[in-house]
Amino acid sequence: MNEIVSDISWELLDKCPIQNEYDIVKARQIVRQFAKDAGMGIVDQTRITTAVSELFRNMFLYAGGGEVLVERGIVDEKNTLIVTCIDKGPGIENIELSMTDGYTSGGGMGYGLPGAKRLVDNFEIYSEVNKGTTIRVMKWK
Amino acid sequence: MDLNDKRIPIIKIRDYLIVSIQVDMHDRLALQLQTQILEEIYRTGAKGVLIDISTLEMVDSFIGRVLSGMASMAAIMDAAVVIVGMQPAVAITLVELGLEMPGVDTALNMELGMEMLEKRLNKA
Repeated sequence: MNEIVSDISWELLDKCPIQNEYDIVKARQIVRQFAKDAGMGIVDQTRITTAVSELFRNMFLYAGGGEVLVERGIVDEKNTLIVTCIDKGPGIENIELSMTDGYTSGGGMGYGLPGAKRLVDNFEIYSEVNKGTTIRVMKWK
Repeated sequence: MDLNDKRIPIIKIRDYLIVSIQVDMHDRLALQLQTQILEEIYRTGAKGVLIDISTLEMVDSFIGRVLSGMASMAAIMDAAVVIVGMQPAVAITLVELGLEMPGVDTALNMELGMEMLEKRLNKA
């Protein structure tokens, strides 16, 4: 389950567990702080914070939690904040469908994944049924 | 968990309830606030609710849904909800996220929100 791997040149800034609703708040505040530290403007800070909040909630609701890696590195010659969400949940059977606006498997409104994707500069998803899901988002500075 | 379990205060002034959200709400706190506001509408007979979100640094799909749900629920209890003070970055992000908040009235600040509610009540 490591189809999405970190580049060795990236620096790991933080690792946060997502086990409950408080963890979601804590982790998104950590991401915002790193976005701020990276020199992102207020709108980009808000975009990445909102995007990861959607992803963290998904992990909590549908996969029983997981782990978040916050990294910093150079991607395509740009300073980049990289947030990777790793869970060992049920996986996503139909990724294409899950990326469709308005589609929801649970009680949500279905804005989670496609909405998060629109708010970031790069979005990767890897999922295996019954093994888990890894989603990585990137925001350039 | 105790520190995080603070309640968000609801203040009643004349016919209005005033709520100022000043913490980064976790999901349960947002739902609790929804219930709390509806209970206060019922208890006090308030005709309008002003929710100040000027210190909120992000509104994701869950919080957006709670806010618009609150407006619909209050409407069927004969109270109007106005959300005031949304930061520009939050507005941009909400639209990019694709979240529409149908039936939610908004105002730039508390004063304009109050005017909006007063106009509506005087018309009725």
